[in-house]
Amino acid sequence: MDLATLLFWIVAVILVGSALLVVGLNNIVHSALALVVVFAMAAGIYLLANAEFIAIVQILIYAGAVTILILFALMLTRTVNIQTNSNPINKYWWLGVIISALVGATILFAVTVSPHFVTPASSALGYSAHNSTCPLPPNNVVYIGNLLYSPTCYSYVLPFEIASVVLLVAIIGAIVIGREEE
Amino acid sequence: MLTLNHFLVLGAVLFCIGLYGAIVKRNAIAVLMGIEIMLNAVNITLVGFSLFNTAKPYSTYLTGQIFAIFIITVAAAEAAVALAMVISIYRKRSTVDVTDFDMMKW
Repeated sequence: MDLATLLFWIVAVILVGSALLVVGLNNIVHSALALVVVFAMAAGIYLLANAEFIAIVQILIYAGAVTILILFALMLTRTVNIQTNSNPINKYWWLGVIISALVGATILFAVTVSPHFVTPASSALGYSAHNSTCPLPPNNVVYIGNLLYSPTCYSYVLPFEIASVVLLVAIIGAIVIGREEE
Repeated sequence: MLTLNHFLVLGAVLFCIGLYGAIVKRNAIAVLMGIEIMLNAVNITLVGFSLFNTAKPYSTYLTGQIFAIFIITVAAAEAAVALAMVISIYRKRSTVDVTDFDMMKW
């Protein structure tokens, strides 16, 4: 077991444990704080998968923005019994267990039976197959920037613009929905 | 040795935990937390596929990581709109319990 695998196991165990805390804790503020650990550990997984830009974005957006948003929503909505049980489960929890187990078993079955053509990570990391006229990017962030913005190379400019329109619609929609009606 | 199955199984386990939270929770914000965990599980799967993708020419486009970026974008938009809806419903009904959200029931 090399260092990357060891780190992966440590991060994965903390990740799954804190995710179980998110769905298991009785105080919903504690659940929200466990969610911060989930997001930070997911960023660690992305770092292990050589996706530095995704890891930074994960820390900024999830561990920063989304958590603050959830905590603000918790502060603005008061539940009656915040101390004892502010995060109740409904009476069909066994149905949720069955559905989750079925979905998980299906995914794991698909993982085991489907053939994926993979190579070891050491040979999969190189950017040497870059055969276009674009210069070889020095790191992951520059590579993603080229893919998102570059007008000459193969790029995702149009989906990026559509994503910005989606964000604009979400901002306006959140303001309109959350506005106090007079 | 880190293999693709590590990422896939971790993503599957996280997805199940998030699905369980989204199904059984009665607090609407807790349901949203479950959905965020599910989106993170999908992101982990996509980034894992991106790491082990060697099929030319797709491996040069980092398709999995680009997908993960767009998923993060949509998840942020979804969280903002959904929490605005929760706060708006709370203002009218003084509850965040999803079993009380029956105003669209005929």
